Amino acid sequence: MPIEPIAESRPQHPFNGEPADCKSHLFIDVNRLSLHYGEKPAFQDVSMSIKKGCITALVGPSGCGKTSFLTCLNRLTDLIAGCRVSGRITLDSLDVLAPQADVIRLRRRIGMIFQKPNPFPLSIRRNLEFPLREHGLRDRQQIAQRVETALRDVGLWDEVKDRLGSPALTLSGGQQQRLCIARALALSPEMLLMDEPCSALDPLSSGVVEDLIVNLRGRYTILIVTHNLAQARRIADYAAVFWVQNGAGRLIETGTARQVFDEPRDPLTAAYISGMRG
Amino acid sequence: MGEDRVETLNRTQNPREWLATVLVWGAATLVTAIFSWLLGDILWHGLSHISWAFLTAPPENAGRRGGIGPILVSTALILGVCLAVSLPIGIGTAILLAEFTSAQSLFGRVTRRSLDVLAGVPSIVVGLFGNAFFCKALGLGFSILSGGLTLACMVLPILIRSTEEGFRAVPVSYRLSAASLGLSRTTTLLHLLLPAAVPSLLVGLVLGIGRAIAETAALIFTSGYVDRMPESLLDSGRALSIHIFDLSMNVSGGDANAYASSLVLVVLLLAINGTASWLANYGLHRKIVTI
Repeated sequence: MPIEPIAESRPQHPFNGEPADCKSHLFIDVNRLSLHYGEKPAFQDVSMSIKKGCITALVGPSGCGKTSFLTCLNRLTDLIAGCRVSGRITLDSLDVLAPQADVIRLRRRIGMIFQKPNPFPLSIRRNLEFPLREHGLRDRQQIAQRVETALRDVGLWDEVKDRLGSPALTLSGGQQQRLCIARALALSPEMLLMDEPCSALDPLSSGVVEDLIVNLRGRYTILIVTHNLAQARRIADYAAVFWVQNGAGRLIETGTARQVFDEPRDPLTAAYISGMRG
Repeated sequence: MGEDRVETLNRTQNPREWLATVLVWGAATLVTAIFSWLLGDILWHGLSHISWAFLTAPPENAGRRGGIGPILVSTALILGVCLAVSLPIGIGTAILLAEFTSAQSLFGRVTRRSLDVLAGVPSIVVGLFGNAFFCKALGLGFSILSGGLTLACMVLPILIRSTEEGFRAVPVSYRLSAASLGLSRTTTLLHLLLPAAVPSLLVGLVLGIGRAIAETAALIFTSGYVDRMPESLLDSGRALSIHIFDLSMNVSGGDANAYASSLVLVVLLLAINGTASWLANYGLHRKIVTI
């Protein structure tokens, strides 16, 4: 797939009607999903669909299960002891939660970016090479090509091309986060899960990462958790609002970002958006 | 009012702070002084006897004259057996405890408690166990192999607990990000967790070797006294610590060589310690980062 260079200016977001540059094809369908840690429910009965190539923002107050929801989609929940997931997630025709589903392949298709940048304590180059090698890419030239493409994709290439051998942990916070995005992109995923990717960054780096996310629209399906409503409003095509009701997180409203932010149907959403609740 | 309070605070705190300073410095000086005295004494009496010949020649006249060649070889062999056995078992157990059992599970709790008890068992008891099990029950006799295996029993708890802590100290974010990239558990373990746990492994190793190389009681019953050059692992061999014990307790006129042997032992310990901390700080760290 040819990868176009990242635009210098912030792209204008089409806010009128149906999002323009995403294809509105169904990518993931979530049906009555619930997650419990032990006996305690994190969220319950969440049904939503995620459109291919679009940016979907999950918003809502802390502790309403947004991050837990993300980790169901790439089965990271498997790593958490005492965590129980019920319901159904369908990706194309793949039953994501089926015990026999190929988790390694699933996670290759769905990359994840965490709140705090978490590069491995390896060199910049090795951070990208290592997962590629593990997924069976052996050809040195191909690997080098993919590393460069991924770094160019996140706008990091010119900043690090002369010091690919130096430790990734010497990069700034914003650069580390972009490296993590590059690391996920190098595996050519179809979707990226982003858990508040800008919240640990300073405003300037946060802006750079935000622009980057906008530039990934169309090529990748993006599901982003954010507490920054202004950010969600700026970048998202679709939005989903989570809220805590009866001790468990619930999805109270979904729709296009324009509809959720400008004409919310649920009074809780309206109060949250206007800053009166949450 | 504010100034008044500051004044009173200063007045009451000064003598106490002074006392605390004296106590802390006093304690530190005492510790350093004891160590310096010990090292100085060994250096003073031992250094003049150290020579290449002393390090390579066999002991003569029950150790009063001659050197410690065969004893160094026996010590190295005992230590080699001990490490060859305890390293794989130790790392394996640590991985099992840290990565494949939860901290609260019954199995984990029982294993951990057993290890802590095992670490506190007096060495003479371990020696008797080694004698009963390795020498008699397994029929290995008084041999370097029995001695090394017995030492492994002593080193294992320290090594396992230290390495386990090392694995547990690796941030969860490594595991999560590795999993989210579709890396298998084995890959994550080998390429990310193991390198990150190496410094703790080295600390455990140094503590373990320190205990092993200086061990006397456990070896008296298992590897024996024989001061000839060992021909195989099934030969009895005299470890350096036993040589020192024997020269100073049982051989009149053996003091000079006992001092010299002690000096060799101390230098060996310091060298192992230094190498390990150098490896942990520079060598391995560098390697982990830039490969």
